[in-house]
Amino acid sequence: MLLSSLVILPLLTVLAVAFCKELQQIRVVAFIGTLLQLALVAYIYTAYQSQSITQSNFLLERDCEWFPLLNIHYHVGVDGISMAMIILTAIIVIAGVLVSWKIKELSKEFFILLLLLSAGAYGFFISLDVFTLFFFLEVAVIPKFLLITIWGSGKKEYSAMKLALMLMTGSALIFVGLMGLYYTAHSFDLQTISKTLLNPEAQKIIFPFLFIGFGFFAALFPFHTWVPDGHSSAPTAASMFLAGISMKLGGYGCLRVATYLLPYAAQYYSPYIIALAAIAILYGAFATMMQTDLKYINAYSSVSHCGFVLLGIGMLTQTAITGAVMQMVSHGLITALFFAAIGMLYERTHTRQVKELGGLLKVMPFISTVFIIAGLCSLGLPGLSGFAAEVTVFVGSWQRTETAYRIATIVSCASIVVTAVYILRATGSSILGAVKNEHFLSLKDATWNEKLAALLLLIGIIVIGIMPYVLQNAITAPVVDIMNHLNANK
Amino acid sequence: MPENFFILFKQELWLTAILFILLISKLKDKQPAATSLLTGINILLLLNFLSGFFFNAEGSLFGKMFVTNHLHVFEKNILNLAALLISLQSTKWLENHEHIIEFYVLMISSLLGMFFMISAANVLMLYVGLELSTIPLAAVANFDLKRKTSGEAAMKLIISSAFSSAILLLGISFIYGCTGSLDFADINNLLHKEPLHAAAFLLFFVGLLFKVSAVPFHLWTADVYEGSPVAVTSFLSVASKAAAVFALLNVLNKMAQPLSSIWHDALIWISLLTIIVGNLFALRQQNIKRLLAFSSVSQVGFLLLAASANSSLGNAAIIYFILIYVFSNLAAFGVIALVSAVKQKETLTDYHAFYTNNKFLSWCLSIALFSLAGVPPTAGFFGKLFLLMSASQGITFTVLTIAALNMVVSMYYYLRVVRTLFANNENECLEAIEVPITAKIALVICVAGILLTGVLSGAYNYIITLQ
Repeated sequence: MLLSSLVILPLLTVLAVAFCKELQQIRVVAFIGTLLQLALVAYIYTAYQSQSITQSNFLLERDCEWFPLLNIHYHVGVDGISMAMIILTAIIVIAGVLVSWKIKELSKEFFILLLLLSAGAYGFFISLDVFTLFFFLEVAVIPKFLLITIWGSGKKEYSAMKLALMLMTGSALIFVGLMGLYYTAHSFDLQTISKTLLNPEAQKIIFPFLFIGFGFFAALFPFHTWVPDGHSSAPTAASMFLAGISMKLGGYGCLRVATYLLPYAAQYYSPYIIALAAIAILYGAFATMMQTDLKYINAYSSVSHCGFVLLGIGMLTQTAITGAVMQMVSHGLITALFFAAIGMLYERTHTRQVKELGGLLKVMPFISTVFIIAGLCSLGLPGLSGFAAEVTVFVGSWQRTETAYRIATIVSCASIVVTAVYILRATGSSILGAVKNEHFLSLKDATWNEKLAALLLLIGIIVIGIMPYVLQNAITAPVVDIMNHLNANK
Repeated sequence: MPENFFILFKQELWLTAILFILLISKLKDKQPAATSLLTGINILLLLNFLSGFFFNAEGSLFGKMFVTNHLHVFEKNILNLAALLISLQSTKWLENHEHIIEFYVLMISSLLGMFFMISAANVLMLYVGLELSTIPLAAVANFDLKRKTSGEAAMKLIISSAFSSAILLLGISFIYGCTGSLDFADINNLLHKEPLHAAAFLLFFVGLLFKVSAVPFHLWTADVYEGSPVAVTSFLSVASKAAAVFALLNVLNKMAQPLSSIWHDALIWISLLTIIVGNLFALRQQNIKRLLAFSSVSQVGFLLLAASANSSLGNAAIIYFILIYVFSNLAAFGVIALVSAVKQKETLTDYHAFYTNNKFLSWCLSIALFSLAGVPPTAGFFGKLFLLMSASQGITFTVLTIAALNMVVSMYYYLRVVRTLFANNENECLEAIEVPITAKIALVICVAGILLTGVLSGAYNYIITLQ
C-alpha cells in the first residue's frame, strides 16, 4: 500500500488541481502535492533502509491479482535501483513545478499533465510485473505529447507527433517482446520469469524486441531522432521531465527487463549493443558541436550521455552496470538543471541562440552560475556527479579485455574531449564576455521559485559527486543479483 | 410453449412491447411534444436495458432455432446499452425532426433483428435476423430528409447489403445441399474438409464479412457513414457491427469447427489486410465521420485477428473489446453528433482550437480517441492488448509485429484530431456549444466506462465467468 500511494498521491493532486479556480491556488496545490510526493519518497526510503539491512531482495512488496485468467498481477516492490530512480523522479517533478510557476495559459491543464506524468514514472519504477510496467510506461507517453503540442515552442506540432509515434513504436516492439516472454515463461512476473530457464533460442528472438523497444525511450542509436526535436520544442518543465526521467525509463527497462530476464541473449547481443552505444556517444557529441541553439545543444548531448548508460549495460560487468545506473541518476539531475537554466534564460532574453547571447553573468549571476555548474558537471568535472558516474562506466568497460570492447571504451572516453569543446564554447560565448544586447541589462535574476528548483537539483548533483558511495552502496545488491543471474546463464 | 418462454424470450418481448407502444402513440390524433416524447422513449429504453440484468435463464425455443444463455444475454445488454446511449445523444437532432416515432420504430426493429442474429442456432434464423437488422437501417440512413448525401447513403447501404445477403443465401443453400440440415450443431457434425463444403462455407463466410465490413468488402462503409445522420452512423458502427461480430463468432464456434484450419489462415490474412487498409485510408481523411469509419474498419481487423485464435480466451477478449468499443466510439460520436446538430459542421478543420470554448466536449472526444488508439489508462489499451494476446497463440511473430506496429499508425490519425482540438491560435474557432442534459449523461457514462472498465478488471473477469 505504501508504494501504491506513490501512484495514488499524484492522482489525488490532479483531482485537487482540477477543482481549483484561481491561478495562484493551482500553483500552490500543485507545489504542495509535489512536496508531499518528496516527503512520501523520503518516508519510503527510511522504510526501505530499515528493511534492507536484513533482506537483499525486493522490499515493500505488494502483489494482488488483476486479471487472474491471464495471470496478470498488480505487483510492486522496490530495490536499490528503483529506489534511486524514485528519488530522482520526486526531485525532478518538484523542480519542474517550480520552474513552471509563471505559466499562465491553461495552467491547470499544464500541472495536471505534469502530475500524470509523474504518476506514470513512479508506477513504472515500482512495477515487478512486466504487464504493469508496460502499462505505466505507456501512461507517460500521451501527457508528453499534449505538453509539447500545447505549450511547446518552434515546430512543436511536428516534434510532438514525432515523439509520440516513435515512443509508441518502441512500445509496440516491447509489447511483441512481452508476448514472446509470456508465451515462453507463462507469466508476467519479473521474479518468476527470472527463475525459469528460458530456451536460449527463444531468448535470442525476444531480446531485440525488448531492447530496441526500450532503446527507443533511451535514445539508442539510430532510434534517437525524437530526442533533439522533442526536447527543444517542449516547455521547460517537460524538457526536464523528458530528459531527466523519460529517457531513464528506457535505460531502466533495458536493464531490468531485457538484460535481467534474458541473460543469455544479453551476452549474445552484447557486441552489437556496445557498437550502437559507442556510435551514439560519439555521434551525439559531434552533432552537438554543430548546434547553435542551447536547447538543441543539451538535447544532442543527452543522446551522447545516455549512450553511456547503454554502454554500461552492454558491457555486462558489475562495475559497468553500477556505472550505468549512476549515470542514469546523474544525467537525470544534470540535464534537468541544464534545461531549467536554459528555460530561465529563454524566458528573459527570448532567444536560445548562442550567437545572440553574451555577458549574462553580469546581468543574471545566479542563473549564469547554475548554467556554468551544469555545463561543468556535464563535461565531467571531478567533485560533481557526472564525473563519478562516467568514471565508473569507463572502469567497468575497461574490465572487458576483448579488442572490440577496448576500442569501444577508448572511443567513448575520447568523446569527453568533444564534450569539453562544445560545453566550454557554449558557456563562454553565452555567459561570459561582454553584454551583447543592451536590452539584456534590464533583465532580472532568478526568482525564489527558480532558485529553489535549481538548488534542489544542485544538492543532488553535489551529494553524488562528493559521496558517490551513498548511491553505489544502495545499488550494489541488485546489481550483484543481476550479475549472478548473468553468470549463471552463460 | 415452454414454461419459461417469457424468461428466455424476455429481451425480445421487451423490444416488441416498446414497438407496440410507439406504434399506438403514433396512431393517436394528438401528438405529444417532442421533448416529452423523447423523455418517455428514453425511459422505456432505460427500463429495457435494466431488465436484461434480472431473471436470466439458459435454454432454447422454437425447436432449437433460438438459443439463449448468459453470454447471449450479456451481448444483448451491450446492444441495449448502445441503443440507449445513442438515443440520449441524439435528442438535440431529433427534437427538430418531424418523424421521431418512425426513427425509433425503425431503430428498435433493427435491434430486434440483431437479437435474433445473436441467439440464432439455425442458419435460417440467422438470415432472418440479419435482414431484419439491415433493412430498417437503410431506411433510417435516409433520415436527413433534406440532404442528398443521406439518400445516397441509404441507397448504397441497401444495395450492398442486398448483394451480400444474396451471397450469404447462396452459401446457405450450398450448405444445405452438402449437409441436409440448417441447424448449427448438425452442420458442425456433417461438414468435412471437402472442396464443395469449403466453398459453401466460404460463400456464407464472405456474406458475414460484408456485414462486419472487413477488407476487401469494406467499400460501402465510408460513404454510408459519411452520408447518414450521426445517430445512424453511430448505430451502424457500434450496434450493427457488434451484432455482426457476435453472429460471426457464433458461426465460427458452433457451426464451422471442422473447417477451422481453413478459416484460421483466411482470417489472419483478412484481418491483416483490414487493419492495414483501414489505417491507410484513415490517415488522410478530412471528414471526421469518414475518419472514424475507416478507423472502425481497422478496429474490426483486430477483432478478426482474435477470432482466428478460436479459443475461449479470444472470444472473451472480443466481447470485452466490443463493450469498450461501444463506450469509446459512442463518446466520440456523441461529441460529433452535438457539433453536427448545432453547427452542421463535420470536417476536421471545423474543430480547430475546439478546446478554447468547449472544454468538456474536447476532453470527452480526446479520451474517446485515446481509448480507440489503445492508450492507457483507458480501457481501449486493455481491450486491444487482450485481443492481440489471445491472437498471439496462433500467429507468428511477424503477424503480431505488423499488427502491433499498426497500432502506432492508427495513433497518428487519432492524435491528429487531438492536436487539432488543442491547437492554440484563436483567430477562428467554434463558439461554445450548449450540451443538453441527456447528451451530458450519455457522455459521462461513456467516459466513465472508458476509464473504469479497464483499470478495474471486474468487467473482463465477469465476461470470463459467462463462458
